[in-house]
Amino acid sequence: MRQARNVLVGMAMVALGAIGQTLINGGGATFPYPMYSKWFSDYSKKTGVTINYQSKGSGFGVQQITAGTVDFGASDMPMTDMQIKEFQEKRGMGILHFPTVLGADVPTYNVPGVTAALNFTPDALAGIFLGHITKWNDPELVKANPGVNLPKNDIVVVHRAEGSGTTFIWVDYLAKVSKEWETKVGRGASVQWPVGLGGQGNEGVAGQVKQTSNSIGYVELIYAIQNHMTYGKVKNVSGEFIEASLASVTAAAAGAAKAMPEDFRVSITNAPGTGAYPISSFTWVLVPEKISDPAKKKIITDFLAWMLKDGQTMTSALSYAPLPKEVVAKETKAIAKIK
Amino acid sequence: MKLSFRRKAVNAVMLSLTGVCTVLAVGMLFFILGYLFVEGGFSLSWNFFTKLPVPVGEMGGGMANALVGSAKVLLLASCIGVPIGFLAGVYLAEYAGGSYASTIRFVTDLLNGVPSIVIGIFVYTLVVAKYGFSTYSGGIALGIMMIPIALRSTEEFLKSVPGALREGAMALGATKSQTIATVVIPAAMRGLISGMMLNLARVAGETAPLLFTAFGNQFWSPGWRQPTSTLPVMIYNYAVAPYPDWHRQAWAAGFVLLTMVFLINITARSIVASGSSHKSR
Amino acid sequence: MATSATIPQTARPHGRAPFLSRIFSGDSLAQALAFSCATLILALTALLVWELWAHSAVAREKFGFRFLTSTEWNPVTGDFGALPFIYGTVVTSALALLIAVPFGVGAAIFLAELAPPKLSDGMTFLIELLAAVPSVIIGLIGILLLVPLLLTVVPPIKDSFGNHPPFFFSGPFYGPSILAAGVVLAVMIAPFIISVSREVLLAVPKDLREAALALGATRWETTWDVVVPYARRGIMGSIFLALARALGETMAVTMVIGNSPRIVASLLASGNSMASVIASEFSEAIGDVYPSALIELALVLFALTIVLNGAARLLILATGEKGASQ
Repeated sequence: MRQARNVLVGMAMVALGAIGQTLINGGGATFPYPMYSKWFSDYSKKTGVTINYQSKGSGFGVQQITAGTVDFGASDMPMTDMQIKEFQEKRGMGILHFPTVLGADVPTYNVPGVTAALNFTPDALAGIFLGHITKWNDPELVKANPGVNLPKNDIVVVHRAEGSGTTFIWVDYLAKVSKEWETKVGRGASVQWPVGLGGQGNEGVAGQVKQTSNSIGYVELIYAIQNHMTYGKVKNVSGEFIEASLASVTAAAAGAAKAMPEDFRVSITNAPGTGAYPISSFTWVLVPEKISDPAKKKIITDFLAWMLKDGQTMTSALSYAPLPKEVVAKETKAIAKIK
Repeated sequence: MKLSFRRKAVNAVMLSLTGVCTVLAVGMLFFILGYLFVEGGFSLSWNFFTKLPVPVGEMGGGMANALVGSAKVLLLASCIGVPIGFLAGVYLAEYAGGSYASTIRFVTDLLNGVPSIVIGIFVYTLVVAKYGFSTYSGGIALGIMMIPIALRSTEEFLKSVPGALREGAMALGATKSQTIATVVIPAAMRGLISGMMLNLARVAGETAPLLFTAFGNQFWSPGWRQPTSTLPVMIYNYAVAPYPDWHRQAWAAGFVLLTMVFLINITARSIVASGSSHKSR
Repeated sequence: MATSATIPQTARPHGRAPFLSRIFSGDSLAQALAFSCATLILALTALLVWELWAHSAVAREKFGFRFLTSTEWNPVTGDFGALPFIYGTVVTSALALLIAVPFGVGAAIFLAELAPPKLSDGMTFLIELLAAVPSVIIGLIGILLLVPLLLTVVPPIKDSFGNHPPFFFSGPFYGPSILAAGVVLAVMIAPFIISVSREVLLAVPKDLREAALALGATRWETTWDVVVPYARRGIMGSIFLALARALGETMAVTMVIGNSPRIVASLLASGNSMASVIASEFSEAIGDVYPSALIELALVLFALTIVLNGAARLLILATGEKGASQ
């Protein structure tokens, strides 16, 4: 009873006391969620401004910002021309992309007896996710991993159940390295998976792989690290087996940084260059061109400026690579586009 | 005529099997309660009740905002569902007759059978798509779910009040509405309250409609127009995630939710039970 | 009959109060208020159906009846079909019934026929508490306890079949599966079957039982061959009710079914149900066709639950009437 009374009092205080405080709501990608949750938490401690971000998947970010139910979206998948057109038609203005960090999709797996970082060739990954390679001791995998004792168990594929930018990065890469994938499945935040189980969010996929023996899934690097899961190396264009890391992801972005388009939409999967990790990506915050509420506009523009300066110093602790200098410079100028 | 051994054996075996089924059913309840107590009860801490969620991967977070959020959403739901259902129930029990009443009952049963996820979509397209995610949209969704049960239980308990009471009041000169307000409703009060409590307990655990309406919130949710965290949604989010700390919090939240739901249920039923034992005067 | 002495008496129907004072008297106001609430419910439900219908228009026009038979669920090409989810819903519900009905009817028989009244009431109370457990909590236990349990229990059973397991137990098993979903659904619908069947059995007239016992039947024979067949329709009704509940169950199923839109004959495979795919994918569905297809799925689900609830009601009523006419 006392608990109930306290709850009621607290509730009244919250409901009454905080009227007038602007809360910004955003949602979307789970890929950068560990970074965003840290950023927003620190930002609120520093400035008292609360930015509520819910990690629901990039599909959510794109759909809800178009519907106007959130103040900003987040996606690891740049909006397609058609989606931008839809946004324009529905909301009567343009949508701006702001890259926030660089991250990587890693193939994480749970194979009994295997603690080493397995080497995956593009053909191996495409084969597994297409359902052609069904056992862990398939020749394609054994060839790349001499000395590792791969069991003859069935491979359990785990993918995302909902619309996901992490998925987009993964299938974008697979489409680039496998003609069959490109024609049979294609690219998108959500695809018709030939095989596998679905997990909700990066969190769900990580949870699923952790719980299921002989499984393989794709998650953002930090999820594999935070959950002490093994993840493999992927062969890049130059023929090296590279592990996702700050250095290798930064190397992947190097080329794009110099040639960054005005709207910041670019794909860096399967990037050329030595030491480049082939399944890397930028991730973006999606902000409408015009924000009618001046208080909200100020919060968003202030946060973006903070993100590009202080925020970038916090990325390495969570294994995300900071944005290249050229991109930061370009973005800082682009903030002015928000009216 | 002596019973064959076979028939006696079948009799004994089948009857004891039915007993086993019952024990299993009841046992399931105790198992669920017990398991939640063990996993969740011991994870309960001061942090759980007072702290906000912390960034991914860090420890020590809590669900204070979810507790308050759930309370707010349920309060709003009750303010919407109870009056509408109650007054409609009054209408059906005291005023209406014939086909209109049957129509309303039929449609209400229809509404009752709608899966909660569909109600969530309904409120999303109606409210959220225009005004964004908010606490009040969650309250509306749960409120809609409360209406059919509020109506049915009101009608049932009002109808159970003996006609003699009504006739007596009217003989003394009361108007119909005065009779209802001062005689019938108080007579049915125990049942009405009990019904409302059971109704509340049912929607307290609903998750699906809140997914697309109240959304979620890392922080305290001021007022009613912002998204809010709620207990069932947090349980869902944390249960499917890979972090053991989140799992612990999910168990704790589950234990708190279940305890609340059970307490309301038990209280509601004991109100009715004690009422009926007095009736036999 | 409220007349006011200050209102001038003019010719009007004997005994009725003047129009104005009737309007402002509590009576009509109260009735109007109650009436409007009742009508509001009609309006709300109509609005619900209309919204579902309107927002599924894009998908309905694009796919027509093909929606119900197609197995495609391809967000990239924009081609959607409901069959995998109808399949998932039907199979998990069927499995749940297969498990819950024997246990449920058995328990109902015990509670109605064998248990002393106080014990019966007490245990029924507890079983009704089981019905009050929120879906998300069953799902929590499902995902963190049941699925790992199945992962240890099922493989040995599967292996015992050697190289030729029955079709419904074949294929790889990863944990989240139709089997797991069926089990959690069974736990959730059993209380309804027990509670309603018990009521129905209790309503069977005593004379029937006494007659059978007088003829020398055992308790079991009386129950199984006389009482239960008499209450058959009501028990069927309880099963339909439970099925209707199972169809709409979202959270617990989503958490353990594996979320893959495929039709596989095996119980060990992962699948998806209508309610759970809507829950997982609705807020993330990009574009026009995708959300519309999900709403069309909601419409199908809604229609199914109406039909089942209606059938259940009729069946339970039928037994009630039969009993009342004795």
